[in-house]
Amino acid sequence: MASETITSSEYIKHHLQNLTLGKLPDGSLGFAHGAEQAKAMGFWAINVDTLFMSFILGAFFLLLFRGVGKKMTSGVPSGLQNAVEWAIEFIDDSVRGSFTARNNMVAPLALTVFFWIFMMNLMDLIPVDYVPQLAHALGLPHFKVVPSTDPNATFGMAIGVFILVVYYSIKMKGLGGFIGELTLQPFGKLGAPVNLLLEGVNLIAKPISLALRLFGNMYAGEMIFILIALLPFWAQWPLSLPWAIFHILIVTLQAFIFMTLTIVYLDMAHQEHH
Amino acid sequence: MNINATLLGQTIMFAMFVWFCMKFVWTPIVAGLEQRKKQIADGLAEAERGRLDLELAGKKAAEILREAKDKAGATIASGEARANQLIEEAKAQANLERERILNGAKAEVEQEVFRAKEQLRTQVSDIALAGAAKILGREIDAKAHGDLLDKLVAEI
Repeated sequence: MASETITSSEYIKHHLQNLTLGKLPDGSLGFAHGAEQAKAMGFWAINVDTLFMSFILGAFFLLLFRGVGKKMTSGVPSGLQNAVEWAIEFIDDSVRGSFTARNNMVAPLALTVFFWIFMMNLMDLIPVDYVPQLAHALGLPHFKVVPSTDPNATFGMAIGVFILVVYYSIKMKGLGGFIGELTLQPFGKLGAPVNLLLEGVNLIAKPISLALRLFGNMYAGEMIFILIALLPFWAQWPLSLPWAIFHILIVTLQAFIFMTLTIVYLDMAHQEHH
Repeated sequence: MNINATLLGQTIMFAMFVWFCMKFVWTPIVAGLEQRKKQIADGLAEAERGRLDLELAGKKAAEILREAKDKAGATIASGEARANQLIEEAKAQANLERERILNGAKAEVEQEVFRAKEQLRTQVSDIALAGAAKILGREIDAKAHGDLLDKLVAEI
């Protein structure tokens, strides 16, 4: 909603600003008003909206599934149980298709990744002004409702996956095996420094590409919704409706890509040669 | 869009969610699915077994029916044979009885004939005696001419 009192640029900036809690310039603890203040808070600040929304969404998905798991019957499933079973089997099939080693953690991990990201991305379909306006009424200066447009959230997950990749690489191949993998190929012993550079980039690129792909897609999508919201009211729906419909695809696809790549990276970590 | 401690919070949250999902979501649901899979497999196996049982029972029933038919046939045949035998026996016995009755009757008739002959003989001898007495004009002493008379009777 473009109000008369603020310019388009301010409107966009306002929408892209997280609700950051940290040390204000005067030394007190409070929410940042604007990007400059948020930046000044440095590393030891938290985006309350990202943490809050991602926690609520993750907890919602887990408790929903947990409710079904508790009442799980092997007889004729109820409607919700049927849907959840379909989701579980879909994830299970994906894991079986891409993951060749045996690890009981990968399938639940994939399930969490897929549905958590899906829920977070889905928040993108809430009209861009609803939640910030509501937050404004509650006295909060900013509120970004889509956690996956915050790189902290996507990098947070990607780092989790990266830790697992390194952990399982070392667990499966031993520390020596892992170091060997990084240094002995593709050019053999003599090319160790070059190998390390290549394989190191290869290794680091995994979490970064995971995080940036998701962040980039959701951020761009959100940006387009914001730009559409700047148009006169009669011109908004012909644009936002098709974009929202298209975005349903992106929401699901990005969650699926993140999940599939997580499975593939962990599969590579479990294998001797790749 | 600056990186801050939210990153750590998200990573920790992610780990917690995965742990929760593994422990309380995935395990029970997959266990339920496995159980249903087993139930369906068992049900199908049972149905197959039932079908085989039915087939077997059908075969057995047919066999019993055939046996019963055979037995009934044999019983009928033996009954017929026994009936024929009884008829034959009855016939034989009837014949014997007939022979016996016939023989008895014959004997009786012969006896009767013999008795009549005797009677006739005596009567003839009496007549002859009376005739002779008349012819001779005197009484023949029956005692005296007894042997003569007996001879005569024998000749008749």
